Amino acid sequence: MSTPTAASDFLVAAALVLVVAAATAAALTRDPVRQSVVLSALGFCLALLFLVVQAPDVALSQLAVGSAITPLLVLLTVRKVRRRPRDDGPAGEGPAGEGPAAADPPGSGGRGSRR
Amino acid sequence: MSRRVRTTAFWLAAAAFAVIFTLACTGLPHFGTTLHPYGSRAVAASVRQHTANVVSSVNFDQRALDTLGEESILFGAVLGSVVLLRRARDEDRAAPQPRPVLPSTLLLGAGLLPVTVLVGGYVVAHGQLSPGGGFQGGVMLATGLHLAYVAADYRVLRRVRPLAVFAALDAVGAGAFTALGFAGLVAGAAYLENVLPLGTFNQLASGGLVPLVNAAVGVEVASGVIVLVAQFLDQAVEIDEPRHHGAGAGAGGGKDGDR
Repeated sequence: MSTPTAASDFLVAAALVLVVAAATAAALTRDPVRQSVVLSALGFCLALLFLVVQAPDVALSQLAVGSAITPLLVLLTVRKVRRRPRDDGPAGEGPAGEGPAAADPPGSGGRGSRR
Repeated sequence: MSRRVRTTAFWLAAAAFAVIFTLACTGLPHFGTTLHPYGSRAVAASVRQHTANVVSSVNFDQRALDTLGEESILFGAVLGSVVLLRRARDEDRAAPQPRPVLPSTLLLGAGLLPVTVLVGGYVVAHGQLSPGGGFQGGVMLATGLHLAYVAADYRVLRRVRPLAVFAALDAVGAGAFTALGFAGLVAGAAYLENVLPLGTFNQLASGGLVPLVNAAVGVEVASGVIVLVAQFLDQAVEIDEPRHHGAGAGAGGGKDGDR
């Protein structure tokens, strides 16, 4: 009886370590695009954790929302914010880099070319 | 409030939270034991109601009113994002240019789309029997549909996703959950009480009201997520901002503050 319990305890501990590592990585990542990918990995680790503590319903929800929908919405938002207006004139004008902030000094429009 | 004060306030609150949370956790039943006061009652109730998936029995029967609240939250969130992300007066719609897609991406997306939609439908339909249910399956259905965008382009996605239909289905699903609750009142019981014939345990038609509420939730979540992602996709792909955004030159400047 002790062996299955020990094995399951080991699995839970391993999943917990994975979750802590992924969550720390997500918190330390600064770029939102990379952060969304790390967030997706964190969602997967959380789903693993829920699976090994025998909560498959929650694991499925976590997998669907945490590792698919949320990163997708973050990615789409970043793309919208970084997109340049269509008929763009000379570089350096407009909210290309930081979105609605529009406080970029002239000449910093180079960031806007990232899509 | 200066940065220093804010940091101090945060650490004070964090320390207090850590101490109180740890103390509260010591009062919980121990992790991984055989004694579950709520669990054993919930399992007994769900066996009595002929629902094989205890979680579904809790969600859609024993605590159905809580789930109704959660679904209303999702419905309200989708509605709010539709209102906030609508095309403003100073924004233009521009059809996105199709880009070449790698053959491997096309093959993978086209192959996975039917499989994902099938699995999502299965998870919704078997909510009362096996892990999963309306919420999980609904999100799978919605994400599976967007493989059309990954595999092809935006125009293909728009063809497989009639937005007006899904927006209406979202409302129908949310309304059906609310309306199903009245079955209990009609039968002389409480709102959302499981009064339908319970069927045979572990059969597709078992659990009384559970499969119906589960299906309503599946329809609502699938269409809600599709509508939600569509608003974000519209903004990211199709809607063009005016050039002098936020510079005070735009006509419909009222929307600037919303972003």
